[in-house]
Amino acid sequence: MDTTEKDFSHINGWGIDADPENEPTYPIKKYTGDDHKRINWERPPLQPATVEVLHSNERPNLSAVFGTASPPKGLSGAIRRYAFKYSESSYGHWLPLLLADRVNVVEGIVDDLKQGHVPNIFAEKGWAAEWKYNRKAVLQKAATAAIVTFVVLVSLNKKKK
Amino acid sequence: MLAMNYRGPFRVRVDQKPYPEILHPGDAIVRVTRSCICGSDLHLYHGLVPDTRVGSTFGHEFIGVVEEIGSSVEKVKVGDTVLVPFNIACGKCAFCKQELYGNCHESNPEATAVGWIFGYSHTAGGFDGGQAEYVRVPYADVGPTVIPDWMDPDDAVLLTDVVPTGYQAAEMGGIKKGDTVVVFGAGPVGIMAAKSSWLFGAARVIVIDHLEYRLDFVRKYAQCEAYNFKSLEDPVLFLKKTTDWLGADVCIDAVGGDAAGSAMQTITGRKLMLQAGSATALHWAINSVKKGGIVSIVGVYGPTDNLVPIGNVVNKGITIRANQASVKRLLPRLIEHIKEGRLNPKEIISHRVPLEEAADAYHIFSAKLDNCIKPILIPPSARV
Repeated sequence: MDTTEKDFSHINGWGIDADPENEPTYPIKKYTGDDHKRINWERPPLQPATVEVLHSNERPNLSAVFGTASPPKGLSGAIRRYAFKYSESSYGHWLPLLLADRVNVVEGIVDDLKQGHVPNIFAEKGWAAEWKYNRKAVLQKAATAAIVTFVVLVSLNKKKK
Repeated sequence: MLAMNYRGPFRVRVDQKPYPEILHPGDAIVRVTRSCICGSDLHLYHGLVPDTRVGSTFGHEFIGVVEEIGSSVEKVKVGDTVLVPFNIACGKCAFCKQELYGNCHESNPEATAVGWIFGYSHTAGGFDGGQAEYVRVPYADVGPTVIPDWMDPDDAVLLTDVVPTGYQAAEMGGIKKGDTVVVFGAGPVGIMAAKSSWLFGAARVIVIDHLEYRLDFVRKYAQCEAYNFKSLEDPVLFLKKTTDWLGADVCIDAVGGDAAGSAMQTITGRKLMLQAGSATALHWAINSVKKGGIVSIVGVYGPTDNLVPIGNVVNKGITIRANQASVKRLLPRLIEHIKEGRLNPKEIISHRVPLEEAADAYHIFSAKLDNCIKPILIPPSARV
């Protein structure tokens, strides 16, 4: 397009970052050749591992720094340990992790109950906001649920008779 | 301290958690003063990202005040107000040295295909994020940047991810003066990508989404065209027709795995999880760009596979460019743009919610209630 015919004066900064060198073959990195030194860079000081941290089998070790939140535990932890035997290129890695996540949800509820805390699922799902901003949909869902329940109960009652 | 606590798909709450500790000489502890919920947090919230553990705290867009520093930290000091890039970078590995700060190799042991992102599952490093009162910030001499005195904190918090990601989406598009740019997605990142496209000299910017309130917003905010794909029989055909039947010069996928618009993609990607999210936006981007065009991807997908027309990439000679934003590299330029009034990020903030009400904020953002564009969480100490 010939842009000389168009007026972009209403757009503050139009074209100010245009860069003719930004071709797809021009990488958005400052090439230094460090790639060819492979992993022989000077590592930062290493964080001591005080909890179990799983690491990808596509790297030889832990990174210098890492997160320590929610270490693997329980059944979900066992599934996660199994998953990390497989590379990131394998379904054997990702599908067990998804399974572990779902198992972990049940473990979370059990943990809550063990600690005497009954999770308020409605509050956790943000239903207060749903009631405030989408009340019609809440009422429609409640009415649908009531009708379905009524029909099921009536049909069960008929079968008993 | 108070912190957001993930309990499972579509379930979060705010609980008391232990105050974070310095675990490495390069660490800092930051008292959070603002924290955003990002569109990509919704992928976690929806249970789409593998290894998202119950008990995790999300939040990779935050600013705050340095409360403690480790023994080797020199560039920030206690009391500094800092913005913290969403990706954690060591500054020493081969990737950081080449300014690929989103691809650091010394911060995420759990995956080599992903850098380390605060509060973004164990696949992205297993680190508690900033939707809390306090957060541990590793490599404090590398990422955190002192916020200039003149800068509004609402602008600063959006510099941690949204603005650089949107800007880099346009930058990776290799936009030439006169180009037509199509942005898929009118969420915060898409809005910023549209706005930034003008800075690179686009002559026409088109945004595609299905939420009218967001289309209305982006039309005014980014001074661009915006269309609802629900009112178009075929968005790809529409884009071909409106670009002289050739296709756009550059297409940007600013949606990722939560895309709507194709029943097949939605069912297989979001409901059955047979692919790593719904790839509708990427599919449309590949098919809407011209031959020899560029597709820039900043939308977030999971680590497995997606159904996209890769044959068309080959046959059309398309270049695909993608990465997590290199926030630290882009910050100086973006701070200048804000100072000169070329970018005004804080206008996209639609909701300010107390941290304690994070569950409601997540639901509002996820369900697109109350014309929500960008919610931010404010911890109690920042409200006094």
